[in-house]
Amino acid sequence: MTRLPKWADLALVPLISLLLAGAISAVVVLMLGENPWETVKIMVDGAVGSPYAWGYTLYYATSFIFTGLGVAVAYHAGQFNIGGEGQAQLGGLGVALVCLALPWPHWTVALAAASVGAALFGAAWAAIPAWLAAKRGSHVVITTIMFNYIAAALIVWLLVEVLRPTGQMDPATARFAAATKLPTFQTIPGLDLIFTKKVPANVTFFIALLACVGVWLLLWRSRLGYEIRAFGKSESAARYAGISPVRVIMASMLISGGLCGLMSVNNVMGEAGRLLQNSSEGAGFIGIAVALMGRNHPIGIFLAALLFGALYQGGAEMGLWTSVPIELRLLLQGLVILFTGALDTMVRMMIAPFFRKRGAQ
Amino acid sequence: MDLSTIYEILASALRMATPLLFACLAGLYSERAGVFDIGLEGKMLMAAMTSAAVAYLTGSAWIGLGAGIVASLIFAAIHGLASITFRGNQLISGVALNFVASGATILISQAMFGQGGRTPPLNGAARFHEMTLPFADALRPVPVLGPLYADVLSGNAILVYIALLCVPLSWWVLYRTRFGLRLRAVGENPESVDTAGVSVVRLRYGALMITGILCGFAGAYMSTALQAGFGREMTAGRGYIALAALIFAKWRPWYALWATLLFGLLQALALRPDVIQGALHLAIPGPALDAMPYILTVIVLAGFVGKAIPPRAGGQPYVKER
Amino acid sequence: MTETPTPSERQATAAPLGDGAAVPPAIELRGICKAFGPVQANKDISIRVMPGTIHGIIGENGAGKSTLMSILYGFYKADAGEIVIHGKATPIPDSQAAIRAGIGMVFQHFKLVQNFTVLENVILGAEDGPWLRRSLARARTELKRLAAEYEIDVDPDARIEDLSVGHQQRVEILKALYRQADILILDEPTGVLTPAEADHLFRILAHLRRQGKTVLLITHKLREIMEITDTVSVMRRGEMTATVATAETSPRQLAELMVGRKVLLHVEKAPATPGREVLSVRGLSVTDAAGVARLKGIDLNVRAGEIVGIAGVAGNGQSELLEVLGGYAAATGEVLMNGTALDLSARADGRSRRRAGIAHVPEDRHREGLILDFAAWENVAFGYQDAPEYQKNALLMDNAAIVADTRGKIERFDVRPPDPFLPARGFSGGNQQKIVLAREIERNPDLLLIGQPTRGVDIGAIEFIHKRIVELRDAGKAVLLVSVELDEILSLSDRVIVMFDGRIMGERLTAETDERELGMLMAGMTETATGAQA
Repeated sequence: MTRLPKWADLALVPLISLLLAGAISAVVVLMLGENPWETVKIMVDGAVGSPYAWGYTLYYATSFIFTGLGVAVAYHAGQFNIGGEGQAQLGGLGVALVCLALPWPHWTVALAAASVGAALFGAAWAAIPAWLAAKRGSHVVITTIMFNYIAAALIVWLLVEVLRPTGQMDPATARFAAATKLPTFQTIPGLDLIFTKKVPANVTFFIALLACVGVWLLLWRSRLGYEIRAFGKSESAARYAGISPVRVIMASMLISGGLCGLMSVNNVMGEAGRLLQNSSEGAGFIGIAVALMGRNHPIGIFLAALLFGALYQGGAEMGLWTSVPIELRLLLQGLVILFTGALDTMVRMMIAPFFRKRGAQ
Repeated sequence: MDLSTIYEILASALRMATPLLFACLAGLYSERAGVFDIGLEGKMLMAAMTSAAVAYLTGSAWIGLGAGIVASLIFAAIHGLASITFRGNQLISGVALNFVASGATILISQAMFGQGGRTPPLNGAARFHEMTLPFADALRPVPVLGPLYADVLSGNAILVYIALLCVPLSWWVLYRTRFGLRLRAVGENPESVDTAGVSVVRLRYGALMITGILCGFAGAYMSTALQAGFGREMTAGRGYIALAALIFAKWRPWYALWATLLFGLLQALALRPDVIQGALHLAIPGPALDAMPYILTVIVLAGFVGKAIPPRAGGQPYVKER
Repeated sequence: MTETPTPSERQATAAPLGDGAAVPPAIELRGICKAFGPVQANKDISIRVMPGTIHGIIGENGAGKSTLMSILYGFYKADAGEIVIHGKATPIPDSQAAIRAGIGMVFQHFKLVQNFTVLENVILGAEDGPWLRRSLARARTELKRLAAEYEIDVDPDARIEDLSVGHQQRVEILKALYRQADILILDEPTGVLTPAEADHLFRILAHLRRQGKTVLLITHKLREIMEITDTVSVMRRGEMTATVATAETSPRQLAELMVGRKVLLHVEKAPATPGREVLSVRGLSVTDAAGVARLKGIDLNVRAGEIVGIAGVAGNGQSELLEVLGGYAAATGEVLMNGTALDLSARADGRSRRRAGIAHVPEDRHREGLILDFAAWENVAFGYQDAPEYQKNALLMDNAAIVADTRGKIERFDVRPPDPFLPARGFSGGNQQKIVLAREIERNPDLLLIGQPTRGVDIGAIEFIHKRIVELRDAGKAVLLVSVELDEILSLSDRVIVMFDGRIMGERLTAETDERELGMLMAGMTETATGAQA
């Protein structure tokens, strides 16, 4: 098979995959009796057409950056972590427990503590599948799926039976104190000039950016990252180099779980102000698409997260203004994962002839 | 707690176990052939929606079932394309198809009926109804076995009996036919099949087709028998529970029956917290029962209770050496 | 042919090429050619094997034996040439065609389903119909008959995973016989067997011959050739160098034909001045996961300032020796490095070996020595990722320092293209090897382990690599060289140790031996044994 140039592999393959996914979705929209072009316009306008739209897009993107990074770190070690959803929900529990535990004097202190709580709880939820994979050879994909369901059940039980304040009907924790409220974009000096309406995007976005840098440093600048990547590329060579499989699997999965847990700072602390059922709303799964689409690199993940954030927000607008249900997002997300993750060979074969021809001339 | 409650719970367990059993056997075929299929959930969902929609439009549950099977087969074929033909990542393909199914079912049912991603309620011949087995009433007075036959086994939709029949049938296919022998061999060591001059690709596609058909039954049962119509995300993770049951069953048909009955019982109990409280004088939270199948599966996966050894060639695309 | 032929009769059946006998040969290959890219694996190969004979094919690693047999079994398609079976031209595009033509193959790595019974394995792909009952019943009777006829006794209901390797091999033979094969190819069949099992195998082969079956035996062991075959072909570098009647040849002649009179690569080197003992190995034994003994009590030592070459055909324990010394395979026995015992448990790793002063250029640079997707500079740090000079601080690595170091190594080792950012995959074999070599040699180790230093390496780079190894020796370091290339061993080492079947067959000073003697040892023959044979 023709080997593609690096830029084509990095940019063209995801792009073509996205186009294929988009084309199929357009056909579906057409079948729903709507004009795909109009639908796209509404989506784009709703996602990036105004500061208000951006406020939502960036809010969603923040969550997706975290889960995308989480999936990517594990992926570099050759581990496919589908447990981002459960880890994010547990991260939410960590945030809630931290926020409710103490009368926090200022949001900065609360944010730091809640971040630690989120990461620790997320990592802890990844620890058991990681340990089982490293020590007992259990398949990490199956165990993390199981842990997603166990997490959902655990959270439901905690919210209904333990954390729900007496007298409250809906299964949720008490509201966090006002002092823990994270500044949203319209309250941040400087940004408030752009964002005049109330938007959910909050300071967690900047933590997400820091996480991108952090993951990049981890993977491409630190010794642990070097070992993670080496192990993920060749287990046999890693043995030769004296890289411990147990250490790499545990470390990568704990970091992965921690990152997925961190996303809950964005939605639980930054937006809801309390822990609700199913708080992560599938962001853990979208992380898979984001990581695959972003080629498991922080820059790619950032861009893919923005794209999916826009799709998410645009999809919501589309649901409001057209007869197309917002579940088109799910379809698109699934197709992107399918084309970038499972049918990538097919996509490469589709574009290979163009490069072969040029090489021959 | 009286006996009739127990029979009631058992009957409910059997109904809950039926879609799990179909899906579990479906997974058994593909995994025994060496293809991981996380996409059972998605195939069930597609089949549930399609069969409900077609059953509503045609007024025939059987035509609905056929359409559901076709929908499920299409997804199985895409999975085959990704994981057999293009040797892609089988896990990612399965995950992706589940999302596609989640979105597609809602979009299509919305487009067809405009009822928020649901299909209109089914009635009459558009639904599989309970059927009474012969001599049910006559046998009821027989102690224990009588009510078990008359009140638990009898009075279910025909698909329940088809599911139960699929167990010995699968056992027979797997262990008594040429196809079964080759299927088991290709999941353990595809080279053994290839050097014997049998096509690995054809066998694996064949297995995936059976997976598709059985998932079609599972989905159709959900929407046209267990319930009267399709609702969004109505499979609610049953595809994954079936996967768990498959591991629990160590990839064997009879064990699959017991595993899915156990998981079905847990689901039935989760619906009746009063019964447990009455029996054990202890409040076991419903979510704990919900989570039981998953917890049990993790324990099995960890190898603490009897090692679950998956087919050796599972998950790896077959590449002929050099 | 029902009577046991006398040796002279056998000789007659192995008539020279171009006869006009009434019985056509069971197998005739005419002008078979096969190339893998630029490598000509088989060059214009023609042989004829008469029915009812055992024909041996002998040759060193990479001589093209396995390729030739894979063509005969339909695994590869020949570029040119013709296959004639029992006098009829028979194209063999796939394994199915081979089976139809009556060819059965026993691979070196068995193609059995581990959790199936013997019966199930035997009928797989050769069932009588869609239902198994009849197939199984017929196979049971058939197996009983075969057991009586060929002394191949295997419990038909036993599971493969419960059987010994020898029994598993018998199942493979039964599979072929059940498919009515009358031509049986065995690829290095004794590699995995104990001596007793090997003897049993030969008895089975003798029975097969008596029943008129034709056997092709691929091996590198001269003893086996002399013991069982009627005729033997020698392959060297893709060519068939000779076909002779076994009774008319001697191990000595075969060894010569096999190794050939190669032009020695000239390596400029002064006589060694060995110093203190650096590595001392005592009673080293390794048993693999399948329970097969791979190393059977190895004793050897390497001194400072000498190159010790381990000669031997691949698969005789050399790889395991390197893995144990390199720190990633568990063993029993004792290994002293500079007088200190090394950890031989499963807990040992490559890192602790490097700290002990051992550098290792592994045999398989693609699987072990390099991460092909990593850039050259990343590979330079491979295994030395915690070296102090590569760290910026407690948390981060100093990538700039590694890149700078890589540029230096690229220049000193003349790596082309001189691009530290190119993935290892993008370099030629020789340049990949130079990267590994630079990384390991420049650590200035007390002991360098080096496996197949010039495998897949172009001529120009070979000389360069050899020079560097000698330089290291001259700097007073110890070198343990493993190579299947005899001329490489002879031109580089000061002392040669020959390994065969997990044991040391003999040790010679390079100056006092020649390739003929070494070739005999590599094929498992000692001088005394040859004397007995002759």
